[in-house]
Amino acid sequence: MIIETDQLTREFKRRGKPKLVAVDHLDIRVEPGETVGYIGANGAGKSTTIKMLTGILVPTSGSVRTCGLDPLKQRRELARRVGVVFGQRSQLWWDLPTAESFTILGAIHHLGRTELTARRDELVEQLELGEFLSTPVRQLSLGQRMRAEVAAALLHSPQLIILDEPTIGLDVLSKQRLRDFLVAERRRHGTTLLLTTHDMGDIERLCERVLVVDHGRLAYDGSLAGLSRTVGAQRVLVVDLADGTRQRIPFDAEKVTAATVLAQASERAEVRDLSIEEPDIEDVVRRIYSAAR
Amino acid sequence: MPATLAPYWRLFLAGIRQQSTYRLAMFGGLVANTTFGFLKVAMLLATVRAAGGEIQGYDIGEMSAYIWLSQGLLGSINLNGRTAFADRIKTGDIAIDFARPMNVQWGQVATEVGKSVYALLPRGLPSVAIGALVVGMTMPVTPLPYLLGVVSLLLGFVISATTAYALNTTGFWLVETRGVQVLYMVVSGFFAGLFVPISFFPGWLLAIAQATPFPSMMMFPIDIVSGRVTGSGAYALLGVQLLWLLVTAVLGHVLTLAGRRKVEIQGG
Ligand SMILES: Nc1ncnc2c1ncn2[C@@H]1O[C@H](COP(=O)(O)OP(=O)(O)OP(=O)(O)O)[C@@H](O)[C@H]1O
Ligand SMILES: [Mg+2]
Repeated sequence: MIIETDQLTREFKRRGKPKLVAVDHLDIRVEPGETVGYIGANGAGKSTTIKMLTGILVPTSGSVRTCGLDPLKQRRELARRVGVVFGQRSQLWWDLPTAESFTILGAIHHLGRTELTARRDELVEQLELGEFLSTPVRQLSLGQRMRAEVAAALLHSPQLIILDEPTIGLDVLSKQRLRDFLVAERRRHGTTLLLTTHDMGDIERLCERVLVVDHGRLAYDGSLAGLSRTVGAQRVLVVDLADGTRQRIPFDAEKVTAATVLAQASERAEVRDLSIEEPDIEDVVRRIYSAAR
Repeated sequence: MPATLAPYWRLFLAGIRQQSTYRLAMFGGLVANTTFGFLKVAMLLATVRAAGGEIQGYDIGEMSAYIWLSQGLLGSINLNGRTAFADRIKTGDIAIDFARPMNVQWGQVATEVGKSVYALLPRGLPSVAIGALVVGMTMPVTPLPYLLGVVSLLLGFVISATTAYALNTTGFWLVETRGVQVLYMVVSGFFAGLFVPISFFPGWLLAIAQATPFPSMMMFPIDIVSGRVTGSGAYALLGVQLLWLLVTAVLGHVLTLAGRRKVEIQGG
């Protein structure tokens, strides 16, 4: 078991208000090699869970073991086996050339010279970091920085990768590249992946299993397909017609392809432009939660 | 370099390189240091002359040495108590530090000491050079004070970093540490010997100053490198510095252990 929580709970005291239960008696088990999407609305308790998994926040009650270790007592040992990306925090050295961060992190993780060079070259190639290795981090674009952040978190070849909103703020192409990299990385090294995101595309592309958390409690644990079935998540084909009107055609992605729907639409009217709306995670989660009641 | 020390050496070098990117700020600092240096020259040298050319064992050349050495150290000694570490606690970026297999305190101190060492180039040396050329100063002519002085200066930098670190660990408990910092700033310069040598203090005030780590940051290194304190006296000062290094480092360590369990890492 690579992640195991037992009745994991974290409360925050609030001045003049009742205390807030951010994570509420959570039981999670993740086996080595799994790819798990950890999703939920804003404030559901995802980041708080991750902080406890990595030993940087003390649980109020319950227990947690990550990579078989006690994250609080064995923080440093655990840090050698886990790579974390906190989407809105940087682990790079702001004023220094990007490459310098890898040198420092190599020393922090006690990587030998050849080991470090081999791994860094691999990541530089896979994540296409070459063009800005000598650029100071503060001058990188968000997409460039996120790729460097991911490389920094994976430099020591961790058993478990935890990504807290790794694609936040990225454009479609950058998201795609990052997902492709994570898929390939996992295929090569068999790494376990836990990922939080508000982007359904991340989940679809990367995660075999989905955990939905709501108000700190587990609301769903199972496959993505099962999740879509449960909530009847639908895609919407949006078509602009020649007569200037816009039509929204919802369809069930499990039963029919977008191409078929489009073909049927084209039979009836001339289609000028089209786009597909994905069900968004908040929507899925909301439905899950109302279904559970 | 043993693997266990390599990270801290790297972070020390990173501190040097980080600081070297702020050339303009460094230059501004030098201008300010020099301006205040001449102000101190005007006041303190007048005092020496009024006292008949010598006061508390300082003649004109020695007083000038004290002034420019102390001004030169301003870029390297943290007298305002603010560090990047305080901000990291406040923003929750400290999460990154704790998610690394290293000693967070040593990492922070190594970076700060790197910054201090670098600041000698654009601020320390020019300040002393200006003093020597424009005002003239009396410095030792034998190598030993300089050798011991370098050791003492480095100890001073480390103590400055360990003390500021310990101070900033209060951020684990207080969300806003500015009050604590202001308090620190008010006493630090005075007790470090920035305005007048601490030997000018009346006995009771000197006793208070000596019960703080501040003289170990600035006054003692100046005493040693300027040759005011030599021989066994110099070694005794180095001993006191080592003691303060130990005290502030242990304090920071204990506060980190306690604070880590307390801290509510801010931000998603
Ligand atoms: N340090 C803290 N002090 C007080 N309350 C906190 C703290 N950290 C988180 N919370 C609260 O705990 C709850 C869960 O927060 P958390 O950051 O885990 O949510 P999240 O699922 O990551 O949300 P998002 O999708 O917005 O990132 C929220 O209500 C938040 O306000
Ligand atoms: Mg979050």
